Amino acid sequence: MAFMPFITAGDPDLDTTVAVLKELAHRGVDLIEVGFPYSDPIADGPVIQESYTRALNNGFHVHDLFEALKTLSADPSITLPPLVGMVSYAIIFRYGSDKFLNEAKAAGFSGLIVPDLPGDEAQELAEKTKAVKLDLVQLVSPLTPENRTKRIVQVASGFIYCISVAGTTGVRDELPPELTAHLESLRSLTDLPLAVGFGISNPNHVNTLRGKADGFIIGSAIVKQFAAFSDPAQNRDAVLKAIGDYAGEMAAATKG
Amino acid sequence: MTTSLSNVPDSAGRFGEFGRRFVPETLMHALEELTSEYEKAKQDPTFQAELDDLLKHYVGRPNPLYFAERLTQHCGGGKIYLKREDLNHTGAHKINNTIGQALLTMRMGKKRVIAETGAGQHGVASAVACARFGLDCVVYMGEEDIRRQKLNVFNMKMMGAEVRAVTSGSRTLRDAVNEAMRDWMSSVETTHYIIGSVIGPHPFPMMVRDFQSVIGKETRAQCLEQTGRLPDQVIACVGGGSNSAGMFYPFIDDESVKLIGVEAGGRGPEPGQHASTLSYGAKGVLHGSFGYVLQDDDGQTLDVHSISAGLDYPGVGPEHSYWKDSGRVNYTAITDDEALEGFQTMAKLEGIIPAIESSHAVAHALKVARDTGPEEIIVICLSGRGDKDVNEVARLLDRDI
Ligand SMILES: Cc1ncc(COP(=O)(O)O)c(C=O)c1O
Repeated sequence: MAFMPFITAGDPDLDTTVAVLKELAHRGVDLIEVGFPYSDPIADGPVIQESYTRALNNGFHVHDLFEALKTLSADPSITLPPLVGMVSYAIIFRYGSDKFLNEAKAAGFSGLIVPDLPGDEAQELAEKTKAVKLDLVQLVSPLTPENRTKRIVQVASGFIYCISVAGTTGVRDELPPELTAHLESLRSLTDLPLAVGFGISNPNHVNTLRGKADGFIIGSAIVKQFAAFSDPAQNRDAVLKAIGDYAGEMAAATKG
Repeated sequence: MTTSLSNVPDSAGRFGEFGRRFVPETLMHALEELTSEYEKAKQDPTFQAELDDLLKHYVGRPNPLYFAERLTQHCGGGKIYLKREDLNHTGAHKINNTIGQALLTMRMGKKRVIAETGAGQHGVASAVACARFGLDCVVYMGEEDIRRQKLNVFNMKMMGAEVRAVTSGSRTLRDAVNEAMRDWMSSVETTHYIIGSVIGPHPFPMMVRDFQSVIGKETRAQCLEQTGRLPDQVIACVGGGSNSAGMFYPFIDDESVKLIGVEAGGRGPEPGQHASTLSYGAKGVLHGSFGYVLQDDDGQTLDVHSISAGLDYPGVGPEHSYWKDSGRVNYTAITDDEALEGFQTMAKLEGIIPAIESSHAVAHALKVARDTGPEEIIVICLSGRGDKDVNEVARLLDRDI
C-alpha cells in the first residue's frame, strides 16, 4: 500500500516546506500531496484551515512555491517521490489555468487534485492536464451514487481519491464500516489505484485498509504538527524530526 | 427556444458562462436531488398554493408599492415609488426565500436546517420559518457580526434556533457561508442548507431568484395598475443579490425598463475598503459558483468593508455577473456616507426607517432622480426596515439612544 502524506505549502514559510519535503523523502513515503493554501477551503476542517491561514498571513504566493519546487527538483542530491498538488479551482482559474499547469509541470508536479472541481465540471481541465502530462485525480465520496462514479472515473487519471467519510478533513477515531463495501464497488468500476483519505491517522486505520485500498492519505495528523513551527519555544529541527518519525512509522505500517 | 436573457440557467446551472457547481463531490448528489425536487415542486400546484397562502397570510403579501410624495418633491424630478419589503413579517425580503425553502425541506423529508447570516436578517427569517414548521435550525454567524447585531441574535434564539459563532477568517458573512458548507458536508443526508442569497452552487442561484421574484412580479402589476405603465428605472441594492434579482428578473424582458444594482462602495475604491464586486471584481470562483469575485491575483478572496453587514460580501450571484456582461443591468456603488444620508433623508421625509442595505438603493435614487423628468417613474426596492441598524447609525452619528 502506498503512503501519501499531505503537507501545507508555505506554513510557516517555503524554506520549511522544502525542509519537510526532504525529510519525508528520506522517510520512504510513496507520494507527497502538497496543499496550496486557500482563503476559503470549504472541504477542510480546522487543522488544515488554520495551517492555510498561517501560510497566507505569512505571504504565501503560488508563483514562489513553483520556483522553490523547481529549485528542489533540480537538486541532484535528493530524490523526491511524486508530488501531487491539492489546489482549489479558484486559484487555478484566477492564476490562469494554462500558466498554472505549465508552471506546475515545470516545478515537478506529476498530478493535481482539485477538490472543488467535481467530475461534471472537470472535462476542460482534464484535457489541459492531459496535454501537459499531468494527472487529474478525481474524488469519490461515500455519498456518490454509482451512476455518478461511472462518469467520474471516465475523466480521472493517476488514482482515485476515495473520501472515507462524508464531511471535512480531520482526524477521526474510527473509519466507517461501510468503507470496505464502498471500496469493493469502486474496484469493480475502475482499474485505477484507489487511495483513501480523510480521517486517517494511525497504524490501526492502515490495517483496516490493507488488501482493500492501494494507498492512503494522511493530512490533518501531519499538518497538526506544523503549528509548532510557528511556536518560538520550539526548535525547528526537533519539529522536523517529529514529523519525520511519524511519517516513518506510518510508512513502516504499510509494509507491516 | 428563445434566446431571451431571462431564459437561464440551463440544466447545468449556467447563466452564460457563470454559475455552475464548484463544490466537493460530497455535496454533488444532494445538489442533483435538490434540483430535481425543486423542479417537481415548481410544477406542483399544491406546493405553489401552499407557498402563496403562506406569503399572503403569514408574510403579509402583497406589500404596497408606495408613492413617496415628499421624497419626490425633495428631488424635484421623476416620481419615486417604494416597494415595501420592509413591511413583510421579520422586516425584510429574506423571508420570501426561507418560507419557500422550508417547504422544500419538508418535501425532501429533512428535519434540520442550517443557514448563514451576516446582518442577521436571513438568520431571523430562517429561524422564523423553522419555528413555523417545527424544523431544527442552526445559524452560522461571524463572531464579529454577532457582536454588531445583538438584537437579531436574541430573536433567533427566542425562536429556538441555535446560533453558532464563526471564529475563522474575517469572522463575517463569507466565513459564515464557509462554516455552513462544512456542516453540510457531514449532514447533507438529513439537513437542508437554506442559502440566503442568489449565490452558491446550482440550483441555489436559480431557486432563490425564483422565490424572490414575487417582489418584481408584484411591483410590475402594481405599477401598471397604479400608473398605467411600466417604470422607467428600477433600483435595488446588491449584496449577494437576492432582493435585486427578485426585483429585476420579472422586468428583464421589458427593454424600456432601466435596471440599476447598487453595491456597497464602503470608504472608497481601494481594495479592502468596499464590497463592490461587480464594479471592481474579476471573474473567479467563490462558494461553489463562477462569477465576479473580489480576489487577489492568486485567487485568494479579499477582505471587504461596508457599513452594512448585509452587503459585506466579496462575491455576487452568477446571474448578476451575467446581467452585467450582457449590459442588461447597470451596476454602481454608493459609499457608507451616502448610504447614511439616504437613511436619514428617508426617515425625515417619509417616516420610514430603511435598512442600511436598502439605504444604498435610496441614496442612488436621490442622486439620479433630479436629472429625470416629472413624468418618469422610479422604483426603489426597500428591501428591509432599519430597526436592526439604529444602534450602529446612532454610534456613527455620535448620538445616544
Ligand atoms: C434588508 C436587506 N437588504 C439587502 C440585503 C442584501 O442581500 P441581497 O443582496 O441578497 O438582497 C440584506 C442582507 O442581509 C438585507 O438584510
